[in-house]
Amino acid sequence: MKYLCLVYMEEKLLEAIPDSDCLAYDESIRATGHCLASEALQPVHTATTVRVREGRVNITDGPFAETKEQLAGFYLIEARHLDEAIQLAARIPPAQVGSIEIRPIRPIREMAKSG
Amino acid sequence: MSSNQSEKTFPELLDILYRNESRRVLATLIRLLGDFDLAEEALHDAFKAALEQWPQDGIPDNPVAWLISAGRFKAIDKIRKYSRFSTLDETTTDPTGDRVTVTEDDQDESIKDDQLRLIFTCCHPSLSSEARIALTLRVVCGLTTEEIAHAFLIAPKTVAQRIVRAKAKIRDARIPYIVPEPAQWLQRIDSVLQVIYLVFNEGYSASSGSELIRCDLSAEAIRLGRLLSDLLPKEPEVSGLLALMLLQDSRRAARTTESGDLILLEEQDRSLWNRDQISDGVKLVRQALRASGFGAYTLQAAIAAVHAESPNANNTDWAEIVGLYDVLLHIHPSPVVELNRAVAIAMRDGPEFGLKLVNGLLDQGKLKDYHLLYAAKADFHRRLHQPEQAIAAYQQALTLVRQTPERRFLERRLAELQNK
Repeated sequence: MKYLCLVYMEEKLLEAIPDSDCLAYDESIRATGHCLASEALQPVHTATTVRVREGRVNITDGPFAETKEQLAGFYLIEARHLDEAIQLAARIPPAQVGSIEIRPIRPIREMAKSG
Repeated sequence: MSSNQSEKTFPELLDILYRNESRRVLATLIRLLGDFDLAEEALHDAFKAALEQWPQDGIPDNPVAWLISAGRFKAIDKIRKYSRFSTLDETTTDPTGDRVTVTEDDQDESIKDDQLRLIFTCCHPSLSSEARIALTLRVVCGLTTEEIAHAFLIAPKTVAQRIVRAKAKIRDARIPYIVPEPAQWLQRIDSVLQVIYLVFNEGYSASSGSELIRCDLSAEAIRLGRLLSDLLPKEPEVSGLLALMLLQDSRRAARTTESGDLILLEEQDRSLWNRDQISDGVKLVRQALRASGFGAYTLQAAIAAVHAESPNANNTDWAEIVGLYDVLLHIHPSPVVELNRAVAIAMRDGPEFGLKLVNGLLDQGKLKDYHLLYAAKADFHRRLHQPEQAIAAYQQALTLVRQTPERRFLERRLAELQNK
């Protein structure tokens, strides 16, 4: 089962988590085969939001929602069940200062095939 | 027995069996079928099959195992017909046909584990507290949605929604049907104990109007506590929580007047305390205290046990109680524990010492909106013969209190002072 772990944290706390820690965990979770994809994101001031309304593309500066914690990166993981996903997410370094949202992947392609 | 008689008694027998064993059957069916709703359907089909088959074949030696097998075969039958559930493990299908037989893996040990799996899953910390409570009462205790709604004074639709959403999360986020691993054990057992204690307190601190119905919640929580303690006899906090509930519940008859007014511990008629519950509770506390790894529930139970074994408030070992609060504060620091400790210190050393501690809490901005802090403060002033300050504190408490019996108690105390 696939889960997306969304890493949220206050950007001003980024310095509290050295890149080397993140890279070390990334390496270890990839080595176990649990990690399918993972990336860190540029800060939220680089974000652009796109909406299409009545055929017109609308572009605005910034993220979709202003929140205290910003999306800082993600891990797409493979886990047997939620408990294993929680264990893997708890070891993502920014979990110590921010939070990790675990979202199960909806198997939309598989559903389309079997339906 | 004539067939006429047995036709009458079988439904009754099954009724008793349903009440006593249906949760165990369900717990195993959920594991075998991998789906809560499917398992519930299968449970009912199994009892229907028993009603048809047992009058002819007699009651099987192991009715629980029979019902589990019956439920499983019925469910698999349905799956074959509708092939709704393609993910189901093929190996669970029965090669022998329709007639129910008992298989090896339906043994007692695995049934016990299934009950634990069910409790841990229903109390999974990734579910909201409300969802955990509703699901546990519905699935583990077998209460109906209407009964739960009644007990919590909410609409049945709300309860039903919570249960449906919780089951959907269990399925879609794949919350596993397992007994948690050692690394997660403490957190997970904590989550289970929390659910049980919340259910107990909902029943215990019920307002007078709905008292009768809500008493059942305390009984349900104690039943859950006993089940968990049977399943995990070596877990000290499980014994501790069960002891705490039994000791608190033992005072039920003495806690309120007939009109539903609160009676403080020191003024209760201790002959009304339930001695059986006390002796069970005390035994469990001792057992928990001997084990390593006891925690806040056990310590609170130990404090309740000191009260339970004291003839009256004056002849209570307040030094022992203060000592227990010291330990509790150390492992579980909280302002409410500090307040309770202050009350115990006032009993041991005099109200002026309690007052000093309570004012210290207020100076730190702690419990500023907690009515019981002002009630304690008022009581200290009253005992120090400072009626004006006592009146002011009772009035402050009254602006914050939410429950009717507590409000009436505070009003009575206030009136006593004002009429002097």
